[in-house]
Amino acid sequence: MTVTARETILARIRDAQALAPAPAVDIPRDYRTDRTLPDADRLALLADRLVDYKAEVHTCTADRTSEVIADVLRERGVCRLGIPPGLDRTWLSAYEGEVHTDSADTPAPELDALDAVLTSSAVTCAETGTIFLDASPDQGRRALTLVPDLHVCVVDLSSVTAGVPEAVSRLTPTRPTTLISGPSATSDVELERVEGVHGPRTLAVVIRTDV
Amino acid sequence: MSTPTYLGMPALPPRSPYGTGNLRGDRTFPKAAHDELRNDQLRRNLGKATHTIRAKRLAVTGELPDWEALRDAGSAIKTDTMNRLPELLEQLEAKVTEAGGTVHWARDGAEANDIVTRLVQQTGSDEVIKVKSMATQEIGLNEHLADQGIKAHETDLAELIVQLADDKPSHILVPAIHRNRDEIREIFRAGIPGVDPELDAVPAHLAAAARTYLREKFLTTPVAVSGANFGIAETGTLSVVESEGNGRMCLTLPDTLITVMGIEKVLPRYADLEVFLQLLPRSSTGERMNPYTSLWTGVTPGDGPQNFHLVLLDNGRTAALADRIGRQALNCIRCSACLNVCPVYERAGGHAYGSTYPGPIGAVLTPQLAGMDASADDPNSSLPYASTLCGACYDACPVKIDIPSLLVELRHQHTEAVGRAPEKLAMKAAAAVMGRPGVYRTAQKAAGLGRALAGRDGQISHLPPPFNGWSASRDTPAPPRQSFRAWLGSAEGAEALRAAAEEGVRSRTEADGPDEEEQ
Repeated sequence: MTVTARETILARIRDAQALAPAPAVDIPRDYRTDRTLPDADRLALLADRLVDYKAEVHTCTADRTSEVIADVLRERGVCRLGIPPGLDRTWLSAYEGEVHTDSADTPAPELDALDAVLTSSAVTCAETGTIFLDASPDQGRRALTLVPDLHVCVVDLSSVTAGVPEAVSRLTPTRPTTLISGPSATSDVELERVEGVHGPRTLAVVIRTDV
Repeated sequence: MSTPTYLGMPALPPRSPYGTGNLRGDRTFPKAAHDELRNDQLRRNLGKATHTIRAKRLAVTGELPDWEALRDAGSAIKTDTMNRLPELLEQLEAKVTEAGGTVHWARDGAEANDIVTRLVQQTGSDEVIKVKSMATQEIGLNEHLADQGIKAHETDLAELIVQLADDKPSHILVPAIHRNRDEIREIFRAGIPGVDPELDAVPAHLAAAARTYLREKFLTTPVAVSGANFGIAETGTLSVVESEGNGRMCLTLPDTLITVMGIEKVLPRYADLEVFLQLLPRSSTGERMNPYTSLWTGVTPGDGPQNFHLVLLDNGRTAALADRIGRQALNCIRCSACLNVCPVYERAGGHAYGSTYPGPIGAVLTPQLAGMDASADDPNSSLPYASTLCGACYDACPVKIDIPSLLVELRHQHTEAVGRAPEKLAMKAAAAVMGRPGVYRTAQKAAGLGRALAGRDGQISHLPPPFNGWSASRDTPAPPRQSFRAWLGSAEGAEALRAAAEEGVRSRTEADGPDEEEQ
């Protein structure tokens, strides 16, 4: 009977643990969890972080959603906009360009022809300025928010947590999840920061303060 | 599958096989460092990079009031993981399989290379796109794939620079830090097909050239190979932490994704991410969060690769686990904070270590993965000495790996292993002498003769064998004219002792007030 690599490695680990037995450890979890901050503080903290990452920040109330989105898209000269299938269509009422509703069988190269993508978001962490996308119908599959050069992302203040533990606890582990903290960046050439490498080179965040 | 019945004595797990992969240089650290130190550009670039990242790291770790609590949690979670490694790996395997992925186990780098090659060949592709991964660098995957007629395209900007220049990475986080912008422009002009011949050396333009070149690869290559920062046992979720978006491209666009992960990268619970997503970016790039992190669990219909393979790699990790002290090195999350604070790394650079893992953590991890006494004058045996033991690495480590203690332990192991080495005989001699006071006094008197070797400045710059290795890089103060014991036994010594005793009595009486409040 041949011994599989799996059996060999597991046996090696048990041998190692027998040769160097280690006492059980208690994990101290004294770091901050379950933090809450008033709306105004979370908004201010998040906006500060996003600006620090060179993301564009727009703040509005829910009734102005479509208006603000249309302004952002117009300013950037967007003619072809990609959206996930579950996006709230009323958000597009003031936008006049083409709309392509994404589906799983749209080949990725076709996404490259889009000027921008507009999505919702799952959770956002204020302290680190991190937006979590979880591929829900209003956010779409991962390729959609990756290939176009401009990502306009709507964040509702009610989904904004103070810190990282509060945000992670709201996630569904089995969903493909992408954490976005500003546009892509590199410091690989002489440590000089360049914003925008392979992902969307521009991230515009629309924060809705009353949702 | 049942666990094999445990029979007999536990065996010491093997190191990464000698002569494979990238865990051993071709010369010792002092020899390699000697040449690297002459490279002014390397030192200047490294100095700028390490100091800049250091300052950023201190700023963003300083703003978290619970930073030390996070470090304590991170350290304990990793230690607990190593204690429970077999069941956590089996759980990870079960969860990944449940979610539609396939798990492979590789005893060493050669086996992992074979598995990846076979999986790529099954897709019919002769090209793969790669996310920056230390595990695949460690096992020499790109070279192996090339031998099998498969072209691996590195997609991280720095890795691309290194690959196009047929070079080796010099830093964990910024692998091309030894290159300046003009060199990079030349590398791109020579290595990127169809690149604009007028390409200048502005970093943004160089990044844009890489974007254009790689976009076509991302959109057309059907297979990607990645490493993993974390693998969650509880859910089967894998994670890649990155900045440029090349990771997202590779993890999302191809049909097939092959992830090579060291067995020590498993974490027990999904919620443990709340600790490591704070520790890693702040320690690594000095950012509050890195631009992109991807988390995926097996296969999601209609989203991302529809074929997912996870290759779990040992390659000497179980050998490290068998070392009570050294196993701490397996807790490393590859942030590179220890490199950026190390006075030795800052001057010598990453290449001098000869391994995929440079710097303080490399000096303790490399010898444990690959061994350090595989041959006479094994280059890895010099790594535990590539340190001043200043302790800055320990302070910087987000999971509190006590690197200085590990270095000392490895020095001890090396000394034990090289049976008849002159230093060992010398140390044995010292131990024998110091154990017997009468002989010790005689030897001290003999050492007084060492003054005859010293120059006028009281320094001995050339010691006779077996101590000449010591004096090659430092001067030794001449032994004192009189040993401490001899002085203490003299009339002068007795007088000094009496005076000190009286001084002690006086100061205790005067200081008999209340203690100052502890701050």
